[in-house]
Amino acid sequence: MISKPMLLAALSMSSLALAAPASTPSQVKRGEYLVNFGGCHDCHTPKKMGPAGPELDTDRLLSGHPEQMAVTPAPALAAPWLAATVVTMTAWSGPWGISYAANLTPDRETGLGAWTEQNFVDTMRTGRHMGRGRPILPPMPWQMVKNLTDQDLKSVFAYLRTLPTVKNRVPQPVPPASAAPVLKPSAEAK
Amino acid sequence: MARLHALLTLLAAFAPAAHAAGALPRSLRDTGLYARGDMEEIAADVLAFSPQYPLWSDGAEKSRWIRLPKGTRIDARDPDRWVFPVGTRLWKEFRLGRRLETRMLERTRAGWRFATYVWAEDGSEAVLAPADGVRGGVPVPGGGRWTIPGTGDCQACHEGQPNPVLGFGTLQLSSDRDPGALHAARGRTEVHLEDLVARGLVHGLPASLVATPPRIAGASADERAALGYLHANCGTCHNRQGPLAGIGLDLLQSVSEGAASAERVRASALAVRALRPVRGAELRVDAGDPEHSVLFRRMGVRDPLDQMPPLGTEKPDREALALVERWIHSLVVRRTP
Repeated sequence: MISKPMLLAALSMSSLALAAPASTPSQVKRGEYLVNFGGCHDCHTPKKMGPAGPELDTDRLLSGHPEQMAVTPAPALAAPWLAATVVTMTAWSGPWGISYAANLTPDRETGLGAWTEQNFVDTMRTGRHMGRGRPILPPMPWQMVKNLTDQDLKSVFAYLRTLPTVKNRVPQPVPPASAAPVLKPSAEAK
Repeated sequence: MARLHALLTLLAAFAPAAHAAGALPRSLRDTGLYARGDMEEIAADVLAFSPQYPLWSDGAEKSRWIRLPKGTRIDARDPDRWVFPVGTRLWKEFRLGRRLETRMLERTRAGWRFATYVWAEDGSEAVLAPADGVRGGVPVPGGGRWTIPGTGDCQACHEGQPNPVLGFGTLQLSSDRDPGALHAARGRTEVHLEDLVARGLVHGLPASLVATPPRIAGASADERAALGYLHANCGTCHNRQGPLAGIGLDLLQSVSEGAASAERVRASALAVRALRPVRGAELRVDAGDPEHSVLFRRMGVRDPLDQMPPLGTEKPDREALALVERWIHSLVVRRTP
């Protein structure tokens, strides 16, 4: 749950963000409501330790796993433990490998700046990157998010477009050790 | 056998009800593909066809058919985007030792819809699969399991560019068939472009394309075949018109562009930095260096996070890797004065 000061800070920074030409203020407001309620910050905003434990780093709202944060191999977990996370709660390790929360800010190179509204809706509906690529990994609950209406998904995207741009290149996910090996070029073809 | 029948029963239970208006038939036998209920002889109004550049499906053999509603025809005035009449149906049968599934694509008034039918091991029945597909649900003779795609998987490829019909178009049916095309059916007497025009099933196709059937303007036989392979296996998503246009990788050929099409495709890949580098490879295609070409590397991977294509295949296409490898090597030879 986001605190009032955080919300005010987020709103303040939103006013500096990129304009979303096709969206309306009420659509952005609805998207903000859904994002705050829907737990998006749980993974996509880095946490920092405060007096009462982890709290949102409001300078990096929804900017994903910090690229400068090195992640060491996750500890081996014994059943019934399934997954582990890091102090920012932006990287998760489990049977799927290691997943990193994406940068949802409108930065063109490292965030969703190059995405279209349709790319976002397709991703949430299918659980595939941009609706067509690699699977979206746990703990992203796209199976629940996909139940939002088109209008709500578009509102979420409209709100994300208003976030302050954060340049943060999130690492690619790491497959589990059992993943298939890569085929190398043959010598004969050269 | 009993287990597969149990699976088919389960699938039928999850299938949409057939009695609803416009609902998909529960059984393939009711889709109009076959002349009789035994599902052996193809109906007289159904045409068999083979695209010259087929999609790789882990080595499965395939047969394909189309049926146009009586008295209708395809509008080919835009030779890259044929418009099919409402009621058109296309089928694709997949076989690995036996019939595994038959997919169906149908043009309705509301747009295209997708279905797939799962075959019983004894070939006696093929029932509508659930919309979410069946991952690894179908046993393959000799071992292994076959995955039935969900509707979302079908849409991912078929709706990745403006024309949802991928294998039935001007380039794919050109009678100037590419002898180097991989996995293509050879020696079959199936319909091609001139037949369709002569029979009045396709109208409006520019006369120049009827007189001179289109071909990819590759600088070599390998390049022609490689660009054709990339067109069919990658270009359905990686093109400049569909939802992934923002990526800027354009592997889809255009017959209306003529020779410029191949050049455009080369330009989008050659020496262009990949958005997602792969373990040391940073360029989409690095002329002369397949190992440092992301396109080649990701074709050779089959883990879900890196593999290309990202769905519909669990085994790398080794023949295609060899072809693309030769093509990438040939690029440096041409670049060198």
